Amino acid sequence: MIFLSSPHQHSGNSIQLTMFSVIIALIPAAMVSVYLYGWLAVFLLTTCIGMSLLTEYVVLRMMKRDTARLWDGSAALTGLFLALVLPAAVPWWIAVFAAVFAILLGKQLYGGLGYNLFNPALAARVVLLISFPLYMTSWLIPMHMGAMLDMYDFSSSLSFFFLGPDAVKQTWDAITMATPLGYVKTELTQGVTVGEALANYQYSTLNAFIGREAGSLGEGSALALLMGGIWLMARHTISWHIPVSYLLTVAVFAGIFNLINPDVYAPPLFHLLAGGLILCAFFMATDPVSSPSSGIGKIVFGVGCGVLTWVIRTYGNYPEGAMFAVILMNCITPLIDYYIRPRVYGYKRGKQA
Amino acid sequence: MFKLFDMLKGLGEQLHLKPQHSFTGGVHPQEMKKTAGLPSMTCPLPKQIILPMKQHIGDACEPMVKVGDYVLRGQQIAKSQGYLSVPVHASTSGTVTKIEDHVIAHPSGLGLPCIFIEPDGKDEADESLYPLPNYRSIDPVELRERVRSAGLAGLGGAAFPTFIKLVLDQQYKIETVVLNGIECEPWLTNDHQLMLEKAHEIVTGMDILMHMVDSNQGIIAIEDNKMDTVDVMQRTLVDMGLDASIRIEVLPTKYPQGGEKQLIQVLTGKEVPAGRLPIHIGILSQNVGTTKAIYDAVCLGEALTERMITVSGDALPQPTNMRVRLGTPVAWLLEQCGLSDADGIKVLHGGPMMGDILTDMRIPVVKASNGILAMRVVTLMLAHHQEDPCIRCGDCGDVCPAGLMPNLLAMHCKEEQFEKAEDYNLFDCIECGACSYVCPSHIPLVHYFRFGKGQVAQIRREKSFAEESRQRSEIRDARIAQELA
Amino acid sequence: MHVFYAILIFAGLALLIGVVLALASRYFHVEGDPLSDNIDALLPQTQCGQCGYPGCRPYANAVASQEAEVNQCVPGGERTMLEIADIMGVEPKDIEEEESVPVVAYIREDECIGCTLCIKACPVDCIIGAPKQYHTIIADQCTGCTLCLEPCPVDCIEMVEVPELLEHWSWPVPGTLRAQVAEKRRAVHHEANHEEENV
Ligand code: SF4
Ligand code: SF4
Ligand code: SF4
Ligand code: SF4
Ligand code: SF4
Repeated sequence: MIFLSSPHQHSGNSIQLTMFSVIIALIPAAMVSVYLYGWLAVFLLTTCIGMSLLTEYVVLRMMKRDTARLWDGSAALTGLFLALVLPAAVPWWIAVFAAVFAILLGKQLYGGLGYNLFNPALAARVVLLISFPLYMTSWLIPMHMGAMLDMYDFSSSLSFFFLGPDAVKQTWDAITMATPLGYVKTELTQGVTVGEALANYQYSTLNAFIGREAGSLGEGSALALLMGGIWLMARHTISWHIPVSYLLTVAVFAGIFNLINPDVYAPPLFHLLAGGLILCAFFMATDPVSSPSSGIGKIVFGVGCGVLTWVIRTYGNYPEGAMFAVILMNCITPLIDYYIRPRVYGYKRGKQA
Repeated sequence: MFKLFDMLKGLGEQLHLKPQHSFTGGVHPQEMKKTAGLPSMTCPLPKQIILPMKQHIGDACEPMVKVGDYVLRGQQIAKSQGYLSVPVHASTSGTVTKIEDHVIAHPSGLGLPCIFIEPDGKDEADESLYPLPNYRSIDPVELRERVRSAGLAGLGGAAFPTFIKLVLDQQYKIETVVLNGIECEPWLTNDHQLMLEKAHEIVTGMDILMHMVDSNQGIIAIEDNKMDTVDVMQRTLVDMGLDASIRIEVLPTKYPQGGEKQLIQVLTGKEVPAGRLPIHIGILSQNVGTTKAIYDAVCLGEALTERMITVSGDALPQPTNMRVRLGTPVAWLLEQCGLSDADGIKVLHGGPMMGDILTDMRIPVVKASNGILAMRVVTLMLAHHQEDPCIRCGDCGDVCPAGLMPNLLAMHCKEEQFEKAEDYNLFDCIECGACSYVCPSHIPLVHYFRFGKGQVAQIRREKSFAEESRQRSEIRDARIAQELA
Repeated sequence: MHVFYAILIFAGLALLIGVVLALASRYFHVEGDPLSDNIDALLPQTQCGQCGYPGCRPYANAVASQEAEVNQCVPGGERTMLEIADIMGVEPKDIEEEESVPVVAYIREDECIGCTLCIKACPVDCIIGAPKQYHTIIADQCTGCTLCLEPCPVDCIEMVEVPELLEHWSWPVPGTLRAQVAEKRRAVHHEANHEEENV
């Protein structure tokens, strides 16, 4: 009998349970993506998840680690994340490349689960955005919005996924549209006010909320994401600190500037529902490995993400800043963890007894 | 919906919106209190009583008897050495058969000198301690000496000599006497049962304490999973006319609320400053078992020779609470509860959250033994699952009642960076186990902390020995140089 | 082309952080003033000479003047080596670590002829005895250096294990060498206990 220390009872929580809870929480969002992009979404999801698992398996074999680790759910989750942050327009080879990159360089290169500095899916997504800007900023028109129905059936989706738009006799321009964020951004540069731009776009808050806007696969429906996110919070799989502080910060910043000049600065509700913010706030920023451990650290992290998101969206080159913001904050997570520690029982703040 | 409500409540707690105090963190382990409400039984005398010379935190005792001596129940057989120590008494009458090392309840599985007594079955009592029923008219100094000489050490599990806590000088005036009836460890119900069966004795013991430290405010703290005891205690208080000075606080169940520091925080909102004791903020807290023993020592003139123990566990056919003589071997105890075959079974000493695995079934119960749990190895192995890498989820920090960052602390201990571990407040960890309990990666965090603490102590010992050796060698070099000159 | 850069950046980042940390630990270490004093303070003071120097102090001087490597003190083990490497600001070196049980010397007094040779050999003066009398070792002060064994003309000194004290016991980390050693000692202890029982 080896030496075993107390406690001799355990909550039953495990990495697997945590990871699969998150996967389950993402199922509504994945279903919405299928509703929006039909078979194309199915192909993208399966390719990303499948390739992530495959890469993970190969790496584990090569590094002579226990291949049972494959089933801890982290690779599958990375794959799912990845699919949800990709636009529906990407071809198969980008999906494959992204999955391999996420697992190999985003995670295993750092030493595997628990040691990665960045959220692997986000890292891959940022790299893709820099490398293939055309594919990564073309947003297909969702199924319900027009005459594109035949593009999303099984065979057309398959051809499009593997061979590109020519195979389905379409041009990029005919099948893509701008996201609300992108549209507003472009219009603003041409001197149109926010209000007018939104009107031109026929933007509706309700649509954005229940999920009928163009965007990455998982960005479609705020409602579906919120359902999953709140379920995770109730289960204590993720804590409230990051989502709440993140969303609040964006809302407060957007609110203040919108009050100052509503023509140039979009309203807070628009910011909250647009783009990948909710996906990032509930699922990406809360990735345990790359976010701080302590409660206060998490709040600082969330506020930082919020500020950066708003700043990048408003002043940056790219219309969407949520993912960049999270990646940037990931970089300083170790610093936050070092400097921001909870107050220890029996000590005053700043560590004297 | 409740979950959501809980969450909002947690949010409120974090923002300090909650009117009642609480301690940070905490977990809700499965309670498994199978023996709750079962009447206690008396354990028959074993064939051999083994009394370790150290059953408390502090210095070991020195035997006062020889092999062959006849001793009586309650007779002092070992005297304390040093201040932080309490004497040991024979727990039944009989003959001393040997005095030698024997394994005791300690995770190392190492032994200590023990006195072996073969009971003669008569159980004759020693009369040298006379009863002091009119304790209110007796000088606290004398009562304190009685508490010491009766061998009292905390029966809650830590076994800190009781008399040390009873400071009588006016420098630290004790305002509040707290009776700790929390019993937050899963499985254990011995305090619960004691409160049901010995409410009068316990309340009297508390009155003795309040007389000694001249306090007129008493709090009995009970968790809301033991509402039956609340009724009994309240009735007893009213019967004895003490309900004006002693009040009962019912607290929501949460582990480790029974930790002294956590309980004080919950009851008063004050924290015991680091490196200080509860008396420094005017609080004396005692476990219910200890309080009952104080009653026995003062009002009945009985030394500590017996205690209530929960004998339970998922491998035990008839779990129960037992009044057991100190020194009774664990194997005997389990036999009384119907355990015949110990294959595939490990025995825990104490509760599952803070207790240790016993290395040997012949180990005797001591003053600190609050529970003996016979657990199936398969059940234990669920908790001691293979360790996965830390995913930095922070759950461990969220539940830590001491406000530490267990993941980083454990990492530093594992890498043997003990200075950093100390910087992360290694020594403020109370080893409650809440962090290991929730860790999704099954990292034995507490194990790393214990390793770290032990290593730091070891390094300090080595350093001071090296320093002494260096001085000795320098003296020698100087002497040789002189001889040569 | 972009892809290439991106991969380079991410792979580079991981590498860079490692290198920066390594460099930082080398260049930002705090230089103590009397270096050899500091090294001496880290050494176990066993004075055994296994480092190739006649004692800990000479070895400390040699390390400080960079004549000796940092990994020559056997009793100090890996922990001491790492500490020395740290204050010297050099890369740690391999060291043969044997997780050993502490020992002290013991004189079988009835065989001792009182020649006093062992006293002269003991670097910490922990042997007492006068010429032509039994000699005894103060076990509490013996460093276990074994230097007294060799000079004894009648070979009456032996090394004995220091009994493990319950108070000084510390938790071993599971699966480590230390745990195995501790485990073995516990088994021995239990066996001894059982023997008593059977007699
Ligand atoms: S609970 Fe476990 S996995 Fe999570 S941060 Fe703490 S040690 Fe790491
Ligand atoms: S064992 Fe220590 S670190 Fe872990 S929760 Fe308890 S006090 Fe905190
Ligand atoms: S090997 Fe180590 S302990 Fe022995 S003399 Fe050299 S420095 Fe001192
Ligand atoms: S007694 Fe022998 S082993 Fe012990 S310190 Fe002296 S010389 Fe070394
Ligand atoms: S060297 Fe041997 S014989 Fe001589 S004094 Fe020492 S122990 Fe005795």
